Amino acid sequence: MEFLALTLAGIVSTGAPLVLATLGETLTERAGIINLSLDGSILLAAMAAVAVGLLSGNPWLGLGASGLVGILTAALVAVLGPVLGRSQVAVGFILTLLCRDLAYFLGHPFARKLGPELPVWSLPGISALPFLGVVFGRHSPVVYLSLVLIPLLWWWVFLTGPGLELRAIGEKPQAAFARGIRVHYLRIVYTLVGGALVGLAGGAFSLAVKPGWGRPQGAEGAGWIALALVIFGGWHPVRAALGAYLFAALQVLGITLQEHFPGLPAPLFQVSPFPVMILTLLVVNMGRTGWVQDLAYRYPGLRRWVNRWQATAPAALGRDFQPEKEG
Amino acid sequence: MVSWTRPLARIVTVLLLSFLVTTAVLVLVDAPPLRTLGILLRGGFGSPAKIGQTFAVWVPLLLASSALLLTFAAGLWNIGIEGQIILGAVFATGFLRPFPEGGGVFLVAGALAAGMVGGALWAVTAGALKTWGNVHEIFGGLGLNFVGLGLTLWLIFGPWRRPGVASMSGTEPLHPSLWLREMAGLSLSPVSLIAGVLAFGAMVLLLRRSRWGLTLRAVGQNPEAALLFGLRPNRRILEAMAVCGALAGLAGALQVVGVYHRLLPAISSSYGYTALLVTMLAAFRPQLIPPICLFFALLNVGSIQLPLQLKLDSSLSGVIQGVLVLAVFLVQGLEERFLFPGRGR
Repeated sequence: MEFLALTLAGIVSTGAPLVLATLGETLTERAGIINLSLDGSILLAAMAAVAVGLLSGNPWLGLGASGLVGILTAALVAVLGPVLGRSQVAVGFILTLLCRDLAYFLGHPFARKLGPELPVWSLPGISALPFLGVVFGRHSPVVYLSLVLIPLLWWWVFLTGPGLELRAIGEKPQAAFARGIRVHYLRIVYTLVGGALVGLAGGAFSLAVKPGWGRPQGAEGAGWIALALVIFGGWHPVRAALGAYLFAALQVLGITLQEHFPGLPAPLFQVSPFPVMILTLLVVNMGRTGWVQDLAYRYPGLRRWVNRWQATAPAALGRDFQPEKEG
Repeated sequence: MVSWTRPLARIVTVLLLSFLVTTAVLVLVDAPPLRTLGILLRGGFGSPAKIGQTFAVWVPLLLASSALLLTFAAGLWNIGIEGQIILGAVFATGFLRPFPEGGGVFLVAGALAAGMVGGALWAVTAGALKTWGNVHEIFGGLGLNFVGLGLTLWLIFGPWRRPGVASMSGTEPLHPSLWLREMAGLSLSPVSLIAGVLAFGAMVLLLRRSRWGLTLRAVGQNPEAALLFGLRPNRRILEAMAVCGALAGLAGALQVVGVYHRLLPAISSSYGYTALLVTMLAAFRPQLIPPICLFFALLNVGSIQLPLQLKLDSSLSGVIQGVLVLAVFLVQGLEERFLFPGRGR
């Protein structure tokens, strides 16, 4: 029982950065914008968190810096994408590489130093509980942030008026525009808010989950996993977060396996999430291909299963929107 | 009227913007900007040996960028090209492993062919994930890049490890008779150089002058229409991926037989990702690809000097490359949306 609780606590904390990044990107993509730069911006934010934390001696300033870096990267995506009409995928990919290299270059003096770490908070009341206390009682504040944001974003996206507007600008920007919703303005706002969460994910890595900076930091690849999880989660905050915890569980399992098979090289465990990523994407996307549809038509039993796993993207995702050009 | 002023103004703006950003980055780490850039450029072009090294990097970049012309024409984001280079290197090494005593030119040719097969296999896997599984090629390709990296690490530390010392320094070096001959005094093999130039020419001809290239572009521009015209877009996508992967695999195989003479964990040196930047910077105009590849190769080779002379990280070359492409995007966007709107693309 104790072992299970500790394992769950490990999943909740290692999953926190992935959850933050996944939630941020879900918000951005719900608004119809793709911020593909995650893998780079998370690293740059992680580096900024360590650098500012070391220079100021205050990890909270470091966390603030990570969020700011996320916002600035997202601002570049917003300016070049929706404002200047460049391909969002192209801009995001360039930023992925640029931010990664910038992180390694600027972070060079801070590499392999004992970094600042956020404090561990123990929740009064909950930490004394027998099982839940072990799972949720003592964590870094960023972990609590990730836990609070999951229901909060679900409520915001699906139960509030602004959430309805958010879904509208991602699905049918022309219709939203005609209803008087400021499509461009909101898209930029959600890109920046999503970017802030992505940046905080970087800070959560370097200030809590994998403290410190180095080349490699250990967060490499996490951005791509988060992008895939947004698709796996069907652009639903709760489903996406569950996916993030699934990957965190695999990571924790990997660490345990590594202890049992010390002969295997560590980098092998770092790449192991990626075959899983391809498989999960296959599961949620395959249903819409012609040959699977044919099969589902022939075997009704299959149809229900196929439809349940489908993930449908916001209809206007990644498309340029210019109100004056719409017919 | 004055048709050359605008392109010139564009180039000057881009270079100035990139220079300012790079300077700002250098000032942030307390590095002397002009001296650093001087070291960077001299490191890549300062002596015949360095020019040789730069051209040795130019070849895989040119191979990969030419290959990407095809997949971009077909409307594909072949991010998986990095893994296709890796698999080319793995297949070439695997082909030569049974011959520790060495052999002749046929073995080397066989290794290059094996590399092409490996790259093509990896590319077709990403293509099949897209056409049969509806998985976007960015995610399929990226996942396969990491799988390729994992495969390389497993081979280097597992079945292909050097007797006694399994380490990041790679597998046992190939027998010298299997190395590509280098030009006198230069670490550059003429075979690689010829392969790169030929591949570039072939890709341009294929795209511009062949019926297949035309259908490929039709598929890229309007897959639905291409389907209705009976151009079989899925089939064309797999073909484009296969050819692109084969060239990327050739680049990887050349890294093994021509440059490192063994399999390393970092055998692909991110050339695939850099080639994607090259193709975007060239805005898919083939004539710009060789010079941009040369400039990027120069930056890559020159950046090796940074840790040695200034204790800076070598990733500065990647920063400059990325900033250049973003600056081009910014200038293009400003022109289209604000300075000269209404002209369309």
